[in-house]
Parts: sequence; C-alpha cells; structure tokens
Amino acid sequence: MTEPLLQIRDLSVSFDTTGGEVRAVRNLSFDIGRGETVALVGESGSGKTVTALSILQLLPYPLARHPGGSILFQGQELLGAKESVLRQVRGDRIAMIFQEPMTSLNPLHTIEKQVNEVLFVHKGLARMAARARTLELLRLCGLPEAERRLHAYPHQLSGGQRQRVMLAMALANEPDLLIADEPTTALDVTIQAQILRLLRELQAKFGMALLLITHDLGVVHKMATRVCVMTEGEIVEAGPTEDIFERPRHPYTRRLIAAEPRGGPHAAAADAPVILLLRRTVDHIKAVDGVTLSVREGHTLGVVGESGSGKTTLGLALLRLLTSTGAIQFRGGEIQGLRSKTLRPLRREMQIVFQDPYSSLSPRLSVGQIIEEGLRVHRLGGADGERRAMIDRALREVGLDPDSRDRYPHEFSGGQRQRIAIARAIVLEPRLIVLDEPTSALDMSVQAQIVDLLRELQARHRLAYLFISHDLKVVRALSDEILVMRAGRVVEHGPAARIFDHPQDPYTKALLAAALDLEAVEHGVVSQ
Amino acid sequence: MTLTPPTRRRLRNFRANRRGFWSLWIFLALFVVSLCAEVIANDRPLLVRYAGAFYLPVLREYPETAFGGIFPTEANYRDPQVISLITQKGWIIWPPIPYRYDTINYNLPVPAPAPPSTTNWLGTDDQGRDLLARLIYGFRISVLFGLTLTLLSSVIGVIAGAVQGYFGGWTDLIFQRSIEMWSGLPELYLLIILASLVEPTFWWLLGLMLLFSWMSLVAVVRAEFLRARNFDYVRAARALGVGNAEIIFRHVLPNAMVATLTFLPFILNGSITTLTSLDFLGFGLPPGSPSLGEILAQGKANLQAPWLGITGFLVLAVMLSLLVFVGEAVRDAFDPRKTS
Repeated sequence: MTEPLLQIRDLSVSFDTTGGEVRAVRNLSFDIGRGETVALVGESGSGKTVTALSILQLLPYPLARHPGGSILFQGQELLGAKESVLRQVRGDRIAMIFQEPMTSLNPLHTIEKQVNEVLFVHKGLARMAARARTLELLRLCGLPEAERRLHAYPHQLSGGQRQRVMLAMALANEPDLLIADEPTTALDVTIQAQILRLLRELQAKFGMALLLITHDLGVVHKMATRVCVMTEGEIVEAGPTEDIFERPRHPYTRRLIAAEPRGGPHAAAADAPVILLLRRTVDHIKAVDGVTLSVREGHTLGVVGESGSGKTTLGLALLRLLTSTGAIQFRGGEIQGLRSKTLRPLRREMQIVFQDPYSSLSPRLSVGQIIEEGLRVHRLGGADGERRAMIDRALREVGLDPDSRDRYPHEFSGGQRQRIAIARAIVLEPRLIVLDEPTSALDMSVQAQIVDLLRELQARHRLAYLFISHDLKVVRALSDEILVMRAGRVVEHGPAARIFDHPQDPYTKALLAAALDLEAVEHGVVSQ
Repeated sequence: MTLTPPTRRRLRNFRANRRGFWSLWIFLALFVVSLCAEVIANDRPLLVRYAGAFYLPVLREYPETAFGGIFPTEANYRDPQVISLITQKGWIIWPPIPYRYDTINYNLPVPAPAPPSTTNWLGTDDQGRDLLARLIYGFRISVLFGLTLTLLSSVIGVIAGAVQGYFGGWTDLIFQRSIEMWSGLPELYLLIILASLVEPTFWWLLGLMLLFSWMSLVAVVRAEFLRARNFDYVRAARALGVGNAEIIFRHVLPNAMVATLTFLPFILNGSITTLTSLDFLGFGLPPGSPSLGEILAQGKANLQAPWLGITGFLVLAVMLSLLVFVGEAVRDAFDPRKTS
C-alpha cells in the first residue's frame, strides 16, 4: 500500500484551564488515503472537532498544547510547523468547512469577494480571472443563478446555499483533503441530502480525500468508507463502515448504533376524548395559515416540517403564547380570546417543553425552584412538605435523583436538563404537553432515552402530546398521527402508518426520502 | 447564604483586578472617615470634664452658664474665656482638627487665604475657614449626593427600561420617542434656570438632576429585556401561567442587573462631576456649604493661594480615578468571556 495522504500518530491535545489541565484528545492514531472518505463519529465533547482543528493547527495556542504525537501530511510534519508552512497548506492542500454556514461567512462581504480571497491568497490570480473561476466554482457547487448571486451577501442566501458557497471556497484550490465538520447538522433534512450528494459528486470529480466529522450515523453509513468511533478523546473502534455497522465490537459503538429511537407509539383508545381542537388558525403575520387539527387523550400528534414551516409558531399559538385567530378548544372549552386571568387556571393543564434545555431553564434558580414555580403560581400543595414531596416525585418520574433539587441547571448535562424541563411540566399533572423539538439539541443516545421517557409518561398519565420535530425518526417512534407542514400550511395529515408507508403528497415523499435514506429528490419539490 | 458558582467566579475576577480591588478599599476607607466628619473636624470638643461631670458638646448643646459663664446661649468653645473657665475645673479633648467647615479662624497671622501651617494643615480659604475641614465635609456631601442620585436614577431607569423592553411594541415606541425628546433638552441650562427660581438645597438639586439622570440606564436595561423576553425560560414561565410582574422580577431582571451593576460606578462618577461643576459655577449648593466645586472656584479666584486649587484638583482627581478603577474591576467581574 502506498503512503497515506494523512497520517496521524499518537496525537494528544490538552487545554490549560483554571481547573487544571484537560486532556481533550488522547493518543489518537488514524490514516486517510487518497480519495478516501473517513468518518470521525462521536457524541458532543468526544474530541472530534479538536482533532480536526489540530490537523490545521487552528487551536487556540498556547492555551492548547500537544503533549505528543505527529501529524504527517504527504510526509510533511504539521504539528508545530512554522506559520509560513501552515499557511501554504491551509485552504490550499487541506480545506475545511464548518457546521454553521452563517457564522463562517463574513456578513459584510459579498460572496464573490469571499471566494476570490482564497484565489488571491494561494493562486495569485488577477481580478478578472478570479471572477471567472469563482463563478465556475459556484456553479460546480450547485448554487442556483450563480452569476446573479455573486454580489449577494450571506444573509441573502438560505442555509443550504451558504453551505454551497463554503464548499466553493474550500474547493477553490482543489485540495487533496477536505475536512467537513458536521457539514449538514445545521441544515434541514432535504437540504442535507442535497449537500451530501454534492459532496460525493465533488469528491469523485476532484479525487480528494474527505474527513467527515459527524454525530449522525445515518450520514456516516451513507458516505464513509472507513469509520473511527471516538469517545472521551480516544478512538475506541476503527474499521470499514460495513464491519462497524454489522459487527460492532466495542460496547460504546454498540450502544451508539442501538441508540436510534425505535419502537412505535402505545396503542391508545381511538375514541379517547379530544383534548385540543383547533379550527383554522391564522397567525397575524401568516407564519401559520389555516391549520386545523385535533389531539386526543393519550395520543400523540406529530407535527413535522422544515425550519420556517411554522411548526413552532403553531405550538406557541395553540397555548396562546402568541396571538392568532381561529377557534381553539381545550377540553371542550373555547380558549381563544380568554383573558389571561381566566386562562391562568387552564395553563396548569397544558404545558410545553422546549428544544434547547440550556436556554429553557433559568440559570439563577435551583432545580427545586424551577419545578416549584408552577406549583406556586397555581397554589398547589399548600404546605411546604407537601410541595416538596410533589417535586421529589416529579424528579423521580423523569429518572433524576430527588437530591438534585438544590443544585443549579449548569451542573447538569443536556439530557438531564431536558428531564428537568419535563419534570417542570409534569409536576402540574397536565393533560396536554406541547413538545417543541425536545430531542433536537441532544446527543443521539440521549435522544433515545428521552423518547422512551416521554412514551412511558404518556402511557402512565394518559397525556396528549403535540410533538413538533423535524426529525422523522423520532416522530415515527412516538406519533399516532402526523401533520406535515410546509410554509405555514398543512401539506398532508393522517395516521402515522399511512404517512410513512404511503405518502401522498410529493413534498412528504421528498421529506421521507431525505430523512430516512438521505436521498435527494430532483429539483422542484423541495427548496434549495 | 451560598454563593452560586457564577457569583463566586465574579468575585474572583473582581479580586484579580488588584488596582480596582484596592481602589475599592481605599475609597471605602475615605468614605467611612468622611462619614465621621463631625468627630474629626469640629469646632466643639469631643469630651469636656467640668466639675466632676462629663459633657459631650459634639452631640448636645450646653449653655455657657453650664460652665460657669455669663450668657445663657450656647457655649462658644473657641472663646478663650470659655476655655479658661473649663480648664480651671477640668479638661477638654479636642477633635484632631478643631474647625468645622464653617468655622472662621480669626487668629490668622496673615490675611486670608492663609497658607498651610501647623494650625491649619492645608491652609484656609479666602474667608479664613480651614481647608481640610471643608474638604472632609465636601467629600462627604459629594459622595452622598452621588450615591443617592445614582441609586434613585438606577431604580427609575431600571423600572422604565424593564417596562419598555418587556412589553415592547407600542409601549416601547412611545416611551422611547418621549425619552429622545426629553434627553434633547439642554440639561445644564435648565438646571441653571431652575436653580435661579428656587433656593437650591441638597434635595432640590437632587430632584432637578434626577429629572435627567434616570435616562442613562434605560437603554441598557431595555436592550437586556428585549433580548431576555424571548428566552425559552421566560416562555416556559408564561406557559406555567406566571404573571408579568413576577416574570420581570424573578426571571428577567437578574439578567439586566449585570449590565446595571457594571454601569453604577460610572454613573456615580458622573453624578459627582455634575454636582461639582454646578458648585464651581455657583449654581449648586447654597452659599457657605462645603463642596469640592466651591473649593475649585476659590482656587480660580485666588491664584496667589495655589494650595486651594491644587488641593481641590488632587482630591477630585483621586476620588474620580478610584471610582473609575472600581468600575473597571466591576466590568471585569461581569465579563463572561474573562476567565481569570
């Protein structure tokens, strides 16, 4: 076998913090051959991104240090290399694209200027030549109407388009290695599928190697030839993709692969009373337009759609947290137009859990205070001891130690925080919970646990869920019924089994193909 | 009381800024000393022993007759007659500086203003009053005025900003335009005009300045509230049915307090400077009151007595610098990106 393109041996990275030295990466070794796709998989905090950044020596030195190891790129040592050497490699031989295309493009420069810059720096092209090349690159990366968009600013493009521009910049010098750090995580599923396909096409065209960093096993399965599974700064298992997926040896890999949300919803009586009924709501800025839905006790209605489709607006409007028009009936009573005083007692019975457990818990209140707040507002459990017992019971129900009531949110992990948020909702014994992407901000293995917890709570308390998500796998694991939304309108609505097995609408079909098989559908149906 | 980790980190950051940390202690020491001005600089003795009884002239008034004098009016302890009456049957303990801010030293060897000497350590002003005594009282009144003004304008500013930011929409729009109009008024001229209509006392001046100074915090607090009202935990509180007032005080205000606290030392500085400049121009506190601005004005009027101007300048410069250093340390303490 010929010499690999990139050879990493015994790489370690440590950070000096006030709390002492933190080892982010420990004795990491792997190779990438020419034209090969290697995936680095792991959960957040496993050291994937740090590894990628240390290849280009982009870590915040001297705060970060390499106690040992070597990174050979085409036989050249990059670790501790001179700045002038690194500058020749960066963006020229090794290029990198990042997760968040909004923040990795400069908002004050046009697309043309930003792509040109790479060409000026490494190729020394003249302005006119650079412009022609930029246009070519943008076309290559599938930016629609590239010529017209040369003078566009990043905010005028969609997330997928921005990622295409990033790709164009990365490919400007036909690098030998492209490092893609969670390239599709911030994108909608249909866009994700398009970008992944584009990456495959470009890789074949340029014959470059790809180091793909991701937490999404679906993406890995689709893209990579070899996989390295990382946890806590170490590679625990490495091998060809097929082997890893079919015969995972390390327990962590097995857990990761088993962590996909599975199972279906509990069977609930079909004639259960309707908890929430909505007839044609129209938000005043028309983020949501003419949606009709109903949720029954013990049932889950999944609301799916891409970002900007009005899912969250719908959820907030249903709880009267946003103004809307149209009838909303909760347990047979009309709540649209109720004054906030008369609505307050009803708030107890309809609760909400938000997407980001980091922002949904007040950082200055202890866990006990956070859960107690609702009890206080609704004057439940008058005596102190009784209220405390209710808090403890809620904490136990979501699988947390009741002793954690005196601790503060920042001491908990994302999954634990989401459990606290769920405890805050269920302590009031609600009838309906709106779950607004409750698993999207969490790691894969934690997602599955939260889904199991939600299912268990639903069965025990006969809760009605309005489950909002863009993640169709999670939705399938929980929902009895599904509502597909696009641009504020309902595209398709029906029992979950029918939607998944026989989708009618072309948009639903495209969404399902993108989400479950990561396949892009031809233009026209989905946005770019 | 247990400190939450962010609070502990802030305290650590504050202490890490040595200059600000020491400035705070020096400033506090000076302030505490000036609070005891009556005990340090006074024309009445601290303690009098007369005919087997103790007298506390600093706290109570005694007629001259109590010490065997002639007049039933209050004893003038600087009168050699009274002093000799007392020392015949007891003794007197004087404060370190035996002058009040308004005590005129009639025994000056040279015409006022007298240069520094062993009796008047920093010299006297052009009316023969001890400069050090006036400085201590003037410092106290400046800081007290500044603190009161800062406190009141912060309370009003935070409430106004909170209402604007939390409710947003039309409330915000109308409020904001009104503030813009109000802040367009020429503040100093208005103060001068108003000060000529009423006899300016401490509280009058405070009220007049409050009319304008409350606006300094509104913008900051409003911005914090505009940001925080869309936080998920505020939404979650609304979904729980928590009322507006409680959301404002319990969930959003703690966020805005960080910005407010960072601003406080600088607002205090501004308040002190405004009072000083009014006093300097002669539109401030009533004539005769001790004030730093008045010392500066005397220094300008009596260039042949440089101790007046130099003293006033040094005291102001040191006080304002100390407060700025403290302000910098507070800013460091609340800087989330700063890891000590």
